[in-house]
Amino acid sequence: MALVEVTNLSKKYQMGDVTISALKDVSLEIEEGTFVSIVGPSGSGKSTLLNLIGVLDQPSSGSIRVADQEVGRLNKKERADFRGENLGFVFQNFNLIPVLTVYENVEYPLLMVLNEDGSKQRDQIHELLDAVGVLEHRSKRPHQISGGQMQRVAVARALITRPKLVIADEPTANLDHDTAYKIINLMKQMKDKWNTTFVFSTHDPKIIGEAEIIYTLEDGMIKNREDRRTK
Amino acid sequence: MSKIAKIAYRNLLRYSRRTMLTSMLVIIGMVAVLLFIAIAGSFKQLMVGQITDSMLGHLQVHRKGYVSSIENSPLNLNLNTKQATKLTDILKGNDQVNSVSARLKFGGMISNFIETSNIRLNGINPENEFQTVPLLSQRVNGKMGSDGTPTLNPGELWVPETLAKGMKLKIGAQVVLVATNKDGSVNGVPLVVSGIVGAMTGPGGRDGYLNIKDAYQLLRVKDGEVNEIAIRLSRFNALEPVFSDLQKQLSVIKNKKEKPIFEIHTWEKLSPFSSIAKIIDLLTLFVKVILIAIVLVSIMNVMLMAVYERIREIGTIAAIGTRPGKIRLLFLMEGLFLGIFGAVTGSIISLGIIQFLNWKSITMSFGKQDTLVLTPSIAMSEVFITALIVVAISALASLQPAVKASKLEPVDALRHF
Repeated sequence: MALVEVTNLSKKYQMGDVTISALKDVSLEIEEGTFVSIVGPSGSGKSTLLNLIGVLDQPSSGSIRVADQEVGRLNKKERADFRGENLGFVFQNFNLIPVLTVYENVEYPLLMVLNEDGSKQRDQIHELLDAVGVLEHRSKRPHQISGGQMQRVAVARALITRPKLVIADEPTANLDHDTAYKIINLMKQMKDKWNTTFVFSTHDPKIIGEAEIIYTLEDGMIKNREDRRTK
Repeated sequence: MSKIAKIAYRNLLRYSRRTMLTSMLVIIGMVAVLLFIAIAGSFKQLMVGQITDSMLGHLQVHRKGYVSSIENSPLNLNLNTKQATKLTDILKGNDQVNSVSARLKFGGMISNFIETSNIRLNGINPENEFQTVPLLSQRVNGKMGSDGTPTLNPGELWVPETLAKGMKLKIGAQVVLVATNKDGSVNGVPLVVSGIVGAMTGPGGRDGYLNIKDAYQLLRVKDGEVNEIAIRLSRFNALEPVFSDLQKQLSVIKNKKEKPIFEIHTWEKLSPFSSIAKIIDLLTLFVKVILIAIVLVSIMNVMLMAVYERIREIGTIAAIGTRPGKIRLLFLMEGLFLGIFGAVTGSIISLGIIQFLNWKSITMSFGKQDTLVLTPSIAMSEVFITALIVVAISALASLQPAVKASKLEPVDALRHF
């Protein structure tokens, strides 16, 4: 069953008098519980596609269904609620909240997005921090831990709400190769453990090899789809 | 909510130098306003007290038209005995009226047998006058009675300080007062100087005093005829309601031509100091407006900077599903905390400085009086209202930056470097 259905999706940007087509008539499906990579050169539309699937942006035309809901025309508040309930995000620059501790960063979506009582999920947060290997750093602030550890925290933050889909835009771009590899493996482990669908973009060919399904984008269009699960 | 408050608080600590600088501005503004209110209020209270308790009383009643001619001290606008008695009965019937003093004011000539000068005089009953204007006794240097107040028996006169100096009059000096009565005939009476009255700024501040019985004799008017009745209230704060009540009561008493007989005025209408008091009130308002401007500009500036510096952070929390309303609340709380911190600290510092000023006993001069002790004080309600204004303005100043933050599209904010 497809978790994400993208049909004839286009996205245009207006830059002064010039209209730029970032995505042109893109259609794809992403199944639940898969580990998907979007690859392509800079400017190929990877981030634009991830932003649209991640309900951060709205398409110029076409449709996007995520978790059986048409998300392309939701208003700002509905999009925020949808993201909070169904999606997790991992960013290239980690984007942890600097004034919160590691524990509080992971707790944040429960309290501020799902309005849950964080104290009841204490064990769940500890389990997740343990799973991503940063439990011992739970009382530290982001500036007190390494880049790799920050990204592990970001993965834990993305997973704490048990989202159906995690979007990761270049999650390894700011990490050295070994750390990047560990983060991708961590994401993969989490996918297996929680059956969460991961969609990430990357340039790194060695990282690409870890994906189950690879979509190659060029000039805003899908040039290739490779399913490596059968290999 | 507590989580938002915690994040807001930590964000303020994160930019500690900026937070301290902004808070300092708010604190300094708050201290300046509260000190100004306390000192100006004390000055005003002191001056009003001096004027009402030394000369004017809180309220005065005259025959209609007297006040507009007061500089001439007209005798043809006296209240006759019947009118004065009726008026006194009405005034004493008001439970807020503490005491009344009937006066017969007039102009005359004083001679020490060598030289002669003009003098404005008040014929008074000393006992009633001291009850109505209790500070008058402090202005008089001279013969004291057994009760410690200066005497003004029939045959005695208090001359104003300036006149005493000019005419070289001392206690015990013999003088003659000459005055024209309302029928135009001139009469004189010999008196002994028993007191020298210190000068004060304002109407009546350079007047002499004599016993009202001597005034009756000099002016050849019937006992009980007066032209001014000064009133002291039990509570100065009750001035306005008592004034309204009495005005209502007196306005219905009319002469044969159906015109009101009496006119009543508060001290404000009779003293030029009321304009200074109004200017003090206006300055207080002006200082408050400056405080509002300081708080508004400094907090809005710091919150706008916070939004611009944290655009990506706003993008992140929006991306992970934080509703715009919560983002708005986060920035509003930061501004509110700045305002609350500044208001509370400023209030505490101000109250401390006010205590210190009272302990130091600051003196000031007003006219001829140069040892008046300022006692700055401020009502807690005034502190609370000023603090509330600061907090409200802080919230208002944070509103625009907070709305701006909440309106950011996460996709644009995340792209920001």
